[in-house]
Amino acid sequence: MRPFTYERASSPAAAAEAVRRTPDARFIAGGTNLLDLMKLEIETPVHLVDVNGLKLDSVEPTPEGGLRIGALVRNTDLAADPRVRRDYGVLSRALLAGASGQLRNKATTAGNLLQRTRCPYFYDTNQPCNKRRPGSGCAAIGGFSRQLAVIGGSDTCIATHPSDMAVAMRVLDATVETVKPDGATRIIPIVDFHRLPDDTPHIETALEHGELITAVTLPKPAGGAQIYRKVRDRASYAFALVSVAAIVQPDGSGRVALGGVAPKPWRAEDAEAEMPRGAKAVAARLLADAKPTHDNAFKLPLVERTLGAVLAEAKG
Amino acid sequence: MKFDTPATTNPIDRLAVVGKPTPRIDGPLKTTGTAPYAYERHDAVPDAAYGYIVGSAIAKGRIAAMDLADAKAAPGVLAVVTAETAGPLGKGKMNTATLLGGPEIEHYHQAVALVVAESFEQARAAARLVRVTYDRADGSFDLAHAKDGATKPEDGKSDSNVGDFTGAFAAAPVTLDETYTTPDQTHAMMEPHATVAAWDGDRLTVWLSNQMIAWTAGDLARTLKMPKEKVRLISLFVGGGFGGKLFLRADTVLAALGARAAGRPVKVALQRPLIANNTTHRPATIQRIRIGAERDGTITAIAHESWSGNLPGGDPETAVDQTKLLYAGANRLTALRLARLDLPEGNAMRAPGEAPGMMALEIAMDEMAEKLGLDPVEFRIRNDTQVDPVQPDRPFSQRQLVECLRRGADRFGWSKRNARPGQSRDGRWLTGLGVAAAFRNNLLTKSAARVRLDKQGRVTVETDMTDIGTGSYTIIAQTAAEMMGVGLDRVTVRLGDSSFPASAGSGGQWGANNSTAGVYAACVKLREAVAGRLGFNSADAVFADGEVRAGNRSIPLAQAAGDNGLAAEDGIEYGDLDKRYQQSTFGAHFVEVGVDAATAEIRVRRMLAVCAAGRILNPLSARSQVIGAMTMGVGAALMEELAVDRRAGFFVNHDLAGYEVPVHADIPHQEVIFLDETDPISSPMKAKGVGELGLCGVGAAIANAVYNATGVRVRDYPVTLDKLLDRMPEVG
Ligand SMILES: Cc1cc2nc3c(=O)[nH]c(=O)nc-3n(C[C@H](O)[C@H](O)[C@H](O)COP(=O)(O)OP(=O)(O)OC[C@H]3O[C@@H](n4cnc5c(N)ncnc54)[C@H](O)[C@@H]3O)c2cc1C
Ligand code: SF4
Repeated sequence: MRPFTYERASSPAAAAEAVRRTPDARFIAGGTNLLDLMKLEIETPVHLVDVNGLKLDSVEPTPEGGLRIGALVRNTDLAADPRVRRDYGVLSRALLAGASGQLRNKATTAGNLLQRTRCPYFYDTNQPCNKRRPGSGCAAIGGFSRQLAVIGGSDTCIATHPSDMAVAMRVLDATVETVKPDGATRIIPIVDFHRLPDDTPHIETALEHGELITAVTLPKPAGGAQIYRKVRDRASYAFALVSVAAIVQPDGSGRVALGGVAPKPWRAEDAEAEMPRGAKAVAARLLADAKPTHDNAFKLPLVERTLGAVLAEAKG
Repeated sequence: MKFDTPATTNPIDRLAVVGKPTPRIDGPLKTTGTAPYAYERHDAVPDAAYGYIVGSAIAKGRIAAMDLADAKAAPGVLAVVTAETAGPLGKGKMNTATLLGGPEIEHYHQAVALVVAESFEQARAAARLVRVTYDRADGSFDLAHAKDGATKPEDGKSDSNVGDFTGAFAAAPVTLDETYTTPDQTHAMMEPHATVAAWDGDRLTVWLSNQMIAWTAGDLARTLKMPKEKVRLISLFVGGGFGGKLFLRADTVLAALGARAAGRPVKVALQRPLIANNTTHRPATIQRIRIGAERDGTITAIAHESWSGNLPGGDPETAVDQTKLLYAGANRLTALRLARLDLPEGNAMRAPGEAPGMMALEIAMDEMAEKLGLDPVEFRIRNDTQVDPVQPDRPFSQRQLVECLRRGADRFGWSKRNARPGQSRDGRWLTGLGVAAAFRNNLLTKSAARVRLDKQGRVTVETDMTDIGTGSYTIIAQTAAEMMGVGLDRVTVRLGDSSFPASAGSGGQWGANNSTAGVYAACVKLREAVAGRLGFNSADAVFADGEVRAGNRSIPLAQAAGDNGLAAEDGIEYGDLDKRYQQSTFGAHFVEVGVDAATAEIRVRRMLAVCAAGRILNPLSARSQVIGAMTMGVGAALMEELAVDRRAGFFVNHDLAGYEVPVHADIPHQEVIFLDETDPISSPMKAKGVGELGLCGVGAAIANAVYNATGVRVRDYPVTLDKLLDRMPEVG
């Protein structure tokens, strides 16, 4: 870990400005991802701006009948919120499927969206990795890639986005609210928030340098059966091999997003048109352009089978 | 004390303290966080500087250049140690690769430098500034590929050939010929390897986390080229070792070198991401098993061959040894072959040899039972042997495998198992039952102790035995209390110090039996001294309730101590009882699993182990050992695998996020039954080990249960869902 300076921001815009001022500055929220990366010098910020005191930690109803979740709301608190449990079950379930109790107590809504990949080569600074060191190559392609993406990757990077929460946010059509250093705010639909790697895998989101997430907003409840199914080798405390977030309406229509398969939560609205025809049809459409590796080709049948189980569960 | 005839009745047989379920006497220290672990010896060394290791970025080749200027100039840095600056170093007898690499690099993450600084953070930051340029060389990193060039290891001890295997196998009406693989595994203990080192002139003291004090003291002296008398090792508590801390490792050597260079004490803990590649691991194996049997299930031919790899000078994984002993059969063959690999050093991990060997053999037995149309419990029982099948003049000292299997089958409800796989369902789960035998040899090695009696009647035991979480403190206290006729509260046990008499140490499940036998020997000597002082004939004297009695005289034990106390030192040494008898421990594992019908996720639902392992000195800590081993078996069966990057030559998933071991949610109800057994051939304690027995076979029982649940046979560990998926039944 490199030495760094630290400050507590007084307002969201001040926080954004503080980061903008220093090219290698970062926000720190729960620190559960950033600090690990700093210890390994995968991230080497020279300045940290602590956003924990910004009072962005409440969950409020919106005039549209949805919920506005402050960027600093802890994963534990969000999962336990009665409104979330009642109206957005898929989100509560996804959160509780992630990490461990201790981590969820610290982890924040914004930090969770922005957590970085768990590609093992990204974590080993001796290895080439385009995401960590642009242009150095990708050790995972042709290497150990069991956990990595089957779709949405590129010739430069096949990392997955590891978040469970983000998959639920995607299926719920959440939007991300931000403030920029100049005080301007914007709203980014979750679909546009995470980027595919193409040839710039180090650029992972639509955020600009210094842009602070203030909240994540959920539209009014979608109803239906809300299921999050995470598949993994051990029963807890492991990232998803594959996960399925689904909202299924009584008439069989609905929405599906996948985790563990792509550099971002994976959803395709055209695949959802196939929902009444069953899991096989939906999975085929969702993963039509998949390019799995030898190590992770099993994720394709796994998605189909998991989705099948989810749809069966939704039918009850 | 020489132990060369079977034990007769002795004071241990009273079982007033020994054999009673006894909570560990060091438990309160652990639950209150006051047990002193190596890295936290601020009490002994308040002013230690911090060392941080730089590991090699390549697997094989040479260091072309090292630029230390920035690291040395970094804030707080006191010293940088490299092979170039360290002075001439030797190599430990137990080490294959050198512990400080350079210019030659033998494996990935081999230590190439230590940076010492005032604070941990400064050392870590400065370590990043050490710039190393490497000349990379090609290496051999793929066992499957290197297998064809594998050769017979020098000692050739594992090769055996009895009767005419080839002929008998060809003639057998029912045969099996399958290949099984087990992956590289890392010990993944909670406490990393850690050392605090301090010099006093030319004398060195290290506080470390180590299982084998005498081995490591010798190897440390050898490595630093100094007399053994001038090194002192202290290892009071070990937060898990599993064989990873049997040896001198880089933390200790580099702490010592760092302390010398910095001119003050230095402490070093291996950083977690370094451990898998820097230290030793359990090597992967490829195992071919052939079994031929009569239609009634009598095995007529059995062969087990295993291939593993290691660095030049390293040993093979002895995965075939149990197959020489476990089942009858007139025609037999075992062979071990060793390939050269340039992956990190392979070495012992809990139940080396038998753990991976049983994982393969006990699937093969399950497959064979199915071919024969026999129940797998019955098939094993039919092929029991009470003598060493390779040398039939050697009986087993005790062998209750059949009893373990029968008792376990009964207790577990084995009769309810459907022999046809894929037939049982509980909601979304396909359920299945599996069984495997457990087998691990009992090893005898000499072990010494010193026992003192003071005028308050307190007994203090000193031996360099270690407690690696196993409960050594407690069983040694129980032994001394039993022998001297005092309560546990009157006994103090001091362990893990090289200035104490050399013990067996903790490894190969030999620690409990041998170290307590050594304490027994020292206590016998102390009893004689006490009897002598008090004018008793030592053969008649009874030590009980803090008194010594003979005839109608009874004198408080403390009185014998006098003002200066009494001390005795002795050890146990063994004759040839382990040549005349085969000494092994036995058990049976029963497992129920559920396999998700859709995702093929495997979850263990119930586990039972029945063990026959000599006298159980402390049923509480023995049970802990067995359930811990069963848990490790769940890891081995279902998730543990060091993924090899065959291009760059290293284990990729080298942290605890990437290398999965079971979490609480993976472990269901576990039951352990110990059969009543005493083994007078093993030692005066009549005990054997259980710490590794609990691991041997459990992986196969799980794999067999998965087969029973799904009808999918997986022969490559770990059994993960991707290996089942394409053969799972369709889901609706
Ligand atoms: C052992 C382990 C297991 C885990 N398992 C899982 C799992 O199974 N599933 C899962 O989903 N996650 C898992 N996680 C990840 C965990 O969810 C994330 O670490 C956590 O959500 C990050 O939140 P944080 O608040 O701690 O983020 P931080 O570490 O504080 O920040 C992460 C990033 O977000 C940026 N950031 C933070 N807040 C803002 C803001 N308001 N605006 C802009 N940028 C911001 C920071 O600059 C940083 O780059 C695991 C983590 C660990 C350590
Ligand atoms: S997949 Fe992406 S994160 Fe992993 S090594 Fe390649 S570039 Fe780096």
